This record gives sequence, C-alpha cells and structure tokens, in this order.
Amino acid sequence: MIRFFVNGKPVQTDSDPDTPLLWVLRDGLGLTGTKYGCGRAQCGACTVHVNGEAEFSCSVKVADVAGKRVATIEGIAASGAVAKAVKAAWIDKDVVQCGYCQPGQVMAAVALLTKNKSPSDAQIDEAMDGNLCRCGTYPRIREAVRAAATALAAKR
Amino acid sequence: MKIPAKSVSRRAFLKTSAAMAGGLVIGFWLPGRQRLAHAQGAPKPPIHPNAFLRIGKDGTVTVMVKNLEFGQGVTTALPMLVAEELECDWSRVRAQLAPAAPEYAHTAFGMQMTGGSMSVGDSWAQLRTVGAQARTMLVAAAAAQWKVAPEACRAEKGFVLGPGGRKASFGSLAEAAGRLPVPEKVELKVPKDFKVIGKPTRRLDAAERVDAKTVFGMDMKRPNLHTALVAHPPVFGAKVASFDAKKAMAVRGVVNVVQISNGVAVVAKDFWSAKKGRDALEIRWDHGPGAALSTDGLRAEYLELAKKPGPMAKKPADAAAIKSAAKTVVAEYEVPFLAHAPMEPLNCTVEYRGDSAELWVGSQFQTVDQAAAAKTLGLTPDKVKLNTLPAGGGFGRRANPASDYVREACEIARAVKVPVKTVWTREDDIRGGYYRPMYVHRVEAGLDAKGTIVAWNHAIVGQSIIAGTAFEPFLVKEGIDETSVEGVSDTPYDIPNLAVTLHSPKSPVPSLWWRSVGNTHTAFVMETMMDELAAAAGEDPVAFRRKLLAKHPRVLATLDLAAAKAGWGTPLPAGRARGIAVHESFGSVCAQVAEVSLEQGAVKVHRVVAAFDCGLVVNPMTVEAQVQGAIAFGLSAALHSAITLKDGRVQQSNFHDYTVLRLAEMPRVEVHIVPSAMDKPTGVGEPATPPIAPAVANALFALTGKRARALPLGKTKWG
Repeated sequence: MIRFFVNGKPVQTDSDPDTPLLWVLRDGLGLTGTKYGCGRAQCGACTVHVNGEAEFSCSVKVADVAGKRVATIEGIAASGAVAKAVKAAWIDKDVVQCGYCQPGQVMAAVALLTKNKSPSDAQIDEAMDGNLCRCGTYPRIREAVRAAATALAAKR
Repeated sequence: MKIPAKSVSRRAFLKTSAAMAGGLVIGFWLPGRQRLAHAQGAPKPPIHPNAFLRIGKDGTVTVMVKNLEFGQGVTTALPMLVAEELECDWSRVRAQLAPAAPEYAHTAFGMQMTGGSMSVGDSWAQLRTVGAQARTMLVAAAAAQWKVAPEACRAEKGFVLGPGGRKASFGSLAEAAGRLPVPEKVELKVPKDFKVIGKPTRRLDAAERVDAKTVFGMDMKRPNLHTALVAHPPVFGAKVASFDAKKAMAVRGVVNVVQISNGVAVVAKDFWSAKKGRDALEIRWDHGPGAALSTDGLRAEYLELAKKPGPMAKKPADAAAIKSAAKTVVAEYEVPFLAHAPMEPLNCTVEYRGDSAELWVGSQFQTVDQAAAAKTLGLTPDKVKLNTLPAGGGFGRRANPASDYVREACEIARAVKVPVKTVWTREDDIRGGYYRPMYVHRVEAGLDAKGTIVAWNHAIVGQSIIAGTAFEPFLVKEGIDETSVEGVSDTPYDIPNLAVTLHSPKSPVPSLWWRSVGNTHTAFVMETMMDELAAAAGEDPVAFRRKLLAKHPRVLATLDLAAAKAGWGTPLPAGRARGIAVHESFGSVCAQVAEVSLEQGAVKVHRVVAAFDCGLVVNPMTVEAQVQGAIAFGLSAALHSAITLKDGRVQQSNFHDYTVLRLAEMPRVEVHIVPSAMDKPTGVGEPATPPIAPAVANALFALTGKRARALPLGKTKWG
C-alpha cells in the first residue's frame, strides 16, 4: 500500500508501484481534471504539483510520491492567492479554446508565479514551454500569466 | 471540409445520407415549419419553440448546440444568435451539446456534423428565428395574462414589460408560453439593431474548463466502466495472423482479450492495466502489400506522375499559350502526411445493452457515427443514443466517414458485454492513419516580356480523401476530388490559361480532412509560386498580386489591410524579412504578413499580422482566438510536423518526433478584422490556417534568396 497526500487529504493505493501517478489520480481516485495527452512527459497536460514543484504526472511512478504532497487542478483553487489570480486571469483573457490542456497550463502557471512573482516574458516562455496546446491559445496564455502577476503585485 | 452547396442536389444528398445512416429518417429544419422535437426521452420543457431552446421556470435559458464544441467556441457563438432575438439576460444563458438527433442536422446537408467552418453560418437564420419565436410566445403569454394587446408589450433582459409598468420574468411566463402555438412568421432584426451579435463576448464555458469540471470523453465515468486498448496493425492493411493472450491475461486488472476487425483489444479495469496487458500481447501479423510502402517511394512515384497527363480540374483556353512565354518558371513542391494530433487522444465510451446502446463520444459526425455504431452493434440507429461530449480538439479527425474509432469501440463493447471506454494512446493516434495526405505539385508558369502571367500549368498528385466514402458522389466528379484542387482551380487570381491536372493514386494509408482540407497544400503552392513570379517579373509581391485581383475586391481589401498594418515596405532590423500570402477559403479571406529571422539556422517567426474578412462577425473575441489558433496550427505544419513511412511503418510515435509548435515559438499575432460587405457570417475556424506556411516561406526567400518548396520548412537548411 502506497500512502501520500492529494489536495491535503491522505490517500492510499494498492496499484503496482510502477503505475504512473496520472493513472492513480484518474482511474484510482477519480480526479479526471489531470489529463492524459502523451504519456511520456512531452505535452504537460498531466501537470500536477508534487511538494510544490510542477511535475508531469504521467512520468512519475506512484511509488515515488509516497509520503509526498500532491496538488491537482481540483484542489489548487483552495491553495491560495496565486491559484485564484491565475484562474481569474485565464477567464478574463478568455484563454480557453477546447480546454483539454488548460488544467495543465494553469498548474504550470501557478508553479511559476509561486516561485517568481514577476517573471519576464522570456521566463514565462521558458516555464510554459513544456505545455502543448494544439488549439494555439499561446498568445492568451502569455497575456494571462502577465495579468495574474500584475494582479498579485497590486495586492501586495 | 467544403461541401459545395450549389453543386450538391440536396435531395440527392439527403437520400445518400439516409442510406449512410442505415435507414435513419433525416430531418431538416425549414423556417416556419419546424417540428416540435426534443432529444430522445428528454422531459418536455416548459417552453419549446423547437429542439434548440429551453427556458426553465427559474429563468435559465438553455440553448441546445447541435455542433461539437472542440475549441471553436460554438457553445458561445450559437447561444449569442438566440439571445440576440430572445432579449434574455445573457448571464442566465447556458449551452448544452445536443445528442445525435435528426432535428440537429445541418440545414442544407441533412446530417448532424461539425466541419467546413460552417457552424455559425448554418445556424445563423435558424437560431435567430428560434429566439424570435420564443420571444413572441413569451410576449403573447404576458399579454394574455395582463389582458392587453401583445403589441403593447416588449421583451427586455429576460422580462416582458407591459403598459402601466407591468413586468414579468421569462421564467414566470415560460410554462404559459410553452402552451402557445409556435408563430409561423417572425421578423428578425437588421444588423444595425444588434446588441449581442458583434459584441466581444467571453466563452460561456471558460470557468468550467479552467476548473476542470468539463467532462471530456476521456473523463467519462459510468458504473462498472472498463478501459480497452487496441493493438492496431503495425502496417496499414495488415491482418492478425495469430495471437497469444496468455501473458496479457496474466496482468492484474485485465479481464478480457478479444480479436476485432482491426487488431486485438485488451479490456481491463483501468487504463494502466490495459496498457500493460497490451504490451504483453504476442501477435503475429500478415503484413500484406502495405509493408512495401515508404514515403520516399511515394515521392518518386508522385513526381513522375506529375509530369503525365491526367484528369483536368480546369482546362486552359489556350493550351499552347505557355509556348509564347518570354520567361518560364517550373517548380516542384512536396507536403507530407500530417496527423491531427488533438490534445485529447481518441476515445469512445459504449454501453451495449443487447437491444439498445448508449455512446458518449466527442464526435464531429454524430449522424454518421450513430449509424455506424448501430450497424456494428446489430441495432437500428433509433436504438443507439449518441451523447455528444466536448472534445479536446479534433481538427477533422473526429469527422471520419469511416467512423473508425467509434466502430472499434462498438465491436469491443459487443464482444465483451461490459460498459467499455476504448482509449487510444498518443502513439496509437500518431500511427493510426487518417492523415492529411502527402501531395506533390508541379507548376509551370509563363510570363510575357512585361512580366504578366500568360499561362499556368498546375499538376497535383495525392490520394483522394473522398474516394470510397459516402461523399464521393458529390465531391468527386469525372475523376476530380474537389477537395484535392480547391484553392487552385477556383483561385481568385485572374490567371489566363490556367490548367489544373489531378492524379489521385490509391494508397493503403487512410486519409482524412485536416483543418482547412485541400487549402493546407494548395495555398502553400499558389502563394509561394505567386511570390516567385513576382520576383521573376521584378515586381513587389503585393503590387504583383494586386493586379491579378481587380475582380475580387474582398480579397484585394484583405491583402491591402494586412500589408498596411504590417508596414509592408518599411525597413526592418537587419536579419529580418517579411513575407505575405493571401488565401480565400470557406467563404472567407485571410491575408498574413510574417516577419522572420534565422536563429542558429532555425526559422524564427517573430510577428504575424493577419487581416481577415469572415463576413458578419458574431463574436470578435472568438474570431481573434481562431485566427491565433489557426496560425499556431498552420505553423506547426509549416515548421515541424511530418508523418513519414519506411517499410510500411510510421516512423513517428509521439510529440518528441511528431513535433508541433510550442509556446516559446509562438509569434506575436495581430488580428485585424476587415469591415465586410457580407450580410452574414462566413467561415472562421479554418481560413486562417492556409496563409501562414506560404507567408513564412516567402519571408525566408526575402531573407535568404532561397525558395522553400517542401514542408516542413524546418527540414531545409537555411543558413
């Protein structure tokens, strides 16, 4: 039995230890907000936070998160001001097209802005480059990350 | 996809659609004669001017959206059409995807579908009429209640207002209004009175998407739902010779292994067990002739074919005119197979109950998929409920006349008799075929001494997307698949003696339309050749094009706006250059100017200025998003993406080798909407895809003096 924390709550799984965290979240715990896109750390649709760091859950074995804190899109809003600002900016800038990659994009943006309060355009590009979007929402993702940073700065 | 309404006899199309749908009665909506129809089994709503609108007692306005929402914003644009006439409170409007039902068929084509950039145009009259009918009924209900003349009442922001300050909410009137007859004739607003249409409007479903509350097909949950993965043939057309399921069955969670017509399916309790089970399968394949296939071989074959006579899509007035040319430019072009690679891999959930079935699927082709499911399950279509789920992209892949992934899911469900979600991995998606076909073009164009085009011989070689499908009788005429030549044979340029020849060799590689269909390759060839001819004539690329567009003011105005906004002709920093392209497709015109440089030999696109005439604009925010998105999609193919085959095997498998555009590569995009002379919306989702590849290629020529004649451009060494 592997035990860890998801969105602050203790969970346990009897999945094989090599099962990717993604599939434990989706099929085991029913948290389908974390998306499957490629299965090999190429697209970022499965981005979650493990102990506060953005990780591709398709490429993290569940055994490797034993005892750790996992945050998913379902729980991120409760995690504080950064997530709230990111989500608000995403809606204000009308980022979403199909929306499938967006939970991963939001998780990547929250991780970025948690560490770096005022990222440069180049830092935004670097931090968000691992998250693919086939609809091409990239220009609005950039705008939304900047807007969220501005909104957070105004609050401080 | 473009279905030419003019050339299709609707009756004939309806008949074939019905045949395709396995006897399903194809309904279509006629103004003033619509039926009172609801989704199968749905409770009768309080107000039902028809199948498209429900107004609840709480005042919630639910618009049933007959198209698939897969990023293009129909779940906002279509409710806007209703709201414009209904005079409701926009904050109370909701959208719901309609299941497969005859009432939701395309108004001209008799089948429920999403494609051809037609969704808003198709619903333009239909949904405004629905809104007007419902408003009329609500006003009539209020007038009857108040015992005043309906003419003395009006609707505003979700209320009916009457004489003496009387006021009643839509919700309170909904039930009474629902008992009234639907008015046969309603008058629709003229554009100058629009309050909703044309207003920048955020997506209705944005919050639900950002909160990850949207249920995509991949997220479907049902009691006892299993997951199936299929081992597909490693070579197109290969068959299972034999297989051993022992090791697969030994994997914890695997419950069944079944052979189906296109491979072997592993059914398990969850995805990862199914994946491990599939990895453990031992299959011997009969590869068949597909094993000899390679894209290198196809290229050689196509280049030879391009020089031979063949069926002509357009015959020149004077076939000998090319001989009079003072200067001739000959060029050969090549574009690769392309996978759609939507972010959400294909999937389909099926509950087979013996005498009926229910499906949940992000389908662009509900009518076709419902009929295919019924046939596969041995049922009639009325026994198959197909629920449309929002899809994580599609770009044409979910509009398959062959219903491949739906049929497969039904085959598995019928065999294993448990609810099952069949899921494709990314590798299955990249290797699974139904690609935009590979094409070769050969163009021979002649200029006279003054640099004026005198003749243009254009040969296109590539497999037909349409041949062998139910669309063939309408889209293939005398050997010409219109989707292979669109964008060349119907070019707006005034080109004398244009000759267009098409060769459509057969191939075992399944092919399909891909965002903007034939225009994906024809615009690249037309617009880079046009640039090359401008250079040969010693003229500016914009000035050269302008002379050929005198009869097409819409194309001309779009070209001019893009050039003006981009600062065409003004100096750029050293190491940067501009290129321009303009293309008409799906009833709209898009021109783009790309600014490029080379960074360590790699193409870098800094800025794209787009001008877009898409007719009457319903939601400017969506139009901007679709142009940005179409440019990103087109740029992926222009710079990176290619499917190649060797010994019959697809050489790519995932995003590491089937490369698509990443955020850091996304140029700054400026979208300028051309004030349109059109009084209705034209296509939005696709027409901005075609111009980006030639605009970038032309900029590279301006920068390096080298002509790009093969995509992706990233394969060429630029310096």
